[in-house]
Amino acid sequence: MIELLTPINSEKISHLKCGDQIVISGDIYTARDAAHQRMIEDLHNNKKLPFDIHNQIIFYMGPCPAAPGEVIGPAGPTTSHRMDTYTPELLDKGLKGMIGKGNRNQEVINSIIKHHAVYFACIGGTGSLCSERIIQSEIIAYDDLGTEAIRHLKVDDFQVIVAIDSKGNNIYTKGRNDFLNLYRTQEE
Amino acid sequence: MIIQTKEITNKVAQNLIEMNASLSDDMNYMINYANQLEKSETAKNVFKAIQENMRIANKKNRPICQDTGMVVAFVTMGQDVQIQGGGIEEAIQNGVHKGYLEGYLRKSVVDDPIIRNNTEDNTPAVIHYRVVKGDYLKIDLMAKGFGSENTSALKMLKPSDGIEGVKRFILDTIEKGAPNACAPIVIGIGIGGTFEKSALMAKEALLKPLYWHNEKKHFMKLEQELLQEANNMGIGPMGMGGSNTVLGVNILDYPTHIAGLPVAVNICCYVNRHRKVIFSD
Repeated sequence: MIELLTPINSEKISHLKCGDQIVISGDIYTARDAAHQRMIEDLHNNKKLPFDIHNQIIFYMGPCPAAPGEVIGPAGPTTSHRMDTYTPELLDKGLKGMIGKGNRNQEVINSIIKHHAVYFACIGGTGSLCSERIIQSEIIAYDDLGTEAIRHLKVDDFQVIVAIDSKGNNIYTKGRNDFLNLYRTQEE
Repeated sequence: MIIQTKEITNKVAQNLIEMNASLSDDMNYMINYANQLEKSETAKNVFKAIQENMRIANKKNRPICQDTGMVVAFVTMGQDVQIQGGGIEEAIQNGVHKGYLEGYLRKSVVDDPIIRNNTEDNTPAVIHYRVVKGDYLKIDLMAKGFGSENTSALKMLKPSDGIEGVKRFILDTIEKGAPNACAPIVIGIGIGGTFEKSALMAKEALLKPLYWHNEKKHFMKLEQELLQEANNMGIGPMGMGGSNTVLGVNILDYPTHIAGLPVAVNICCYVNRHRKVIFSD
């Protein structure tokens, strides 16, 4: 396990390789479909983003409501590729990391390489496990979006896997190919 | 028999809360079994997280996944049943409202596919009705997550495409969808009927236990071949490589038109949540 403290920067993540297991601690921000759409609208209207995204990590997530006694309800990742349309523009503005699940398109991968950024995958469907690593949660923008509002989270040892590293190595192609090669060699 | 709408509302609400926190025995069994068969180290770690999460969710009676889904209900109503206290549609929708509010489940439904305002109680559910002979009421509930729903597909094949064409379309759909659909996935397939009938069968096939098989030999064989060939693709849990991509394949079929061969593939993540609510004497 490699420990990573936020905020991050290109140098801090340059040694991370596709497939590495990471634990993140510090501040991260949530945004999914509707919040991305609004952030991009804000940018196009020359408005400031609701938080300074420079060197920050966005977690693609919309939680369940907190039950009494909970900091946040179950809080696992949503499918990332729906955010692909918006991601390059946010990376241009200084966003450095993303946490989600599933593959990204080539444009996003190119933008990750260009900006020396990183894309982490969290295990889909593990909402209750993820919420145990979130120690603080506060809605900071787009309150009316409910579960899709932007939240500022503090996390402690939040487990992720490097899915696309700053060189563009991609676990969604590499993981499958490596496995098939190994399996075929064993068969022969 | 006479059934009060209040009883329906309460049972629907209670079952929705419970089914979001714990899977059926066949799902749990297959996830365990898949983990034991798994050959990839990365995939083993994925299974470890999946199982730890299940334990936490079961223990706290809290959702396994934050996407607590859009509710789909298949209502099978005996024609001798009498509903008192209002309409059955309203009773079920009220159950969804109650369950999602009282259970602190996520409200994931928007009122219009373009305008997109959240309805704030996860209603409306999608409800399908079937009237049958008899004196009982059965409601099959499902909380369908959309990460996997989005990877589903329907195609109107030509009769000449045959079973090989059907197989190719299903495997293509699995290959494209599995990494984004939270594999290991469950595949519900509808073959035949009309455009909408095939989609309905695909959804209903997801309600069948994983050990269920189509009774026709050619479809049973197709279920087995699809399971094996999909798992040989090496996509693996979460698409990161491994021996387990698909946990189960269920095919439902129906007669069709001389000109058609509809095929619908409904994909569900490993958090395949469904429950039966039965009222009978």
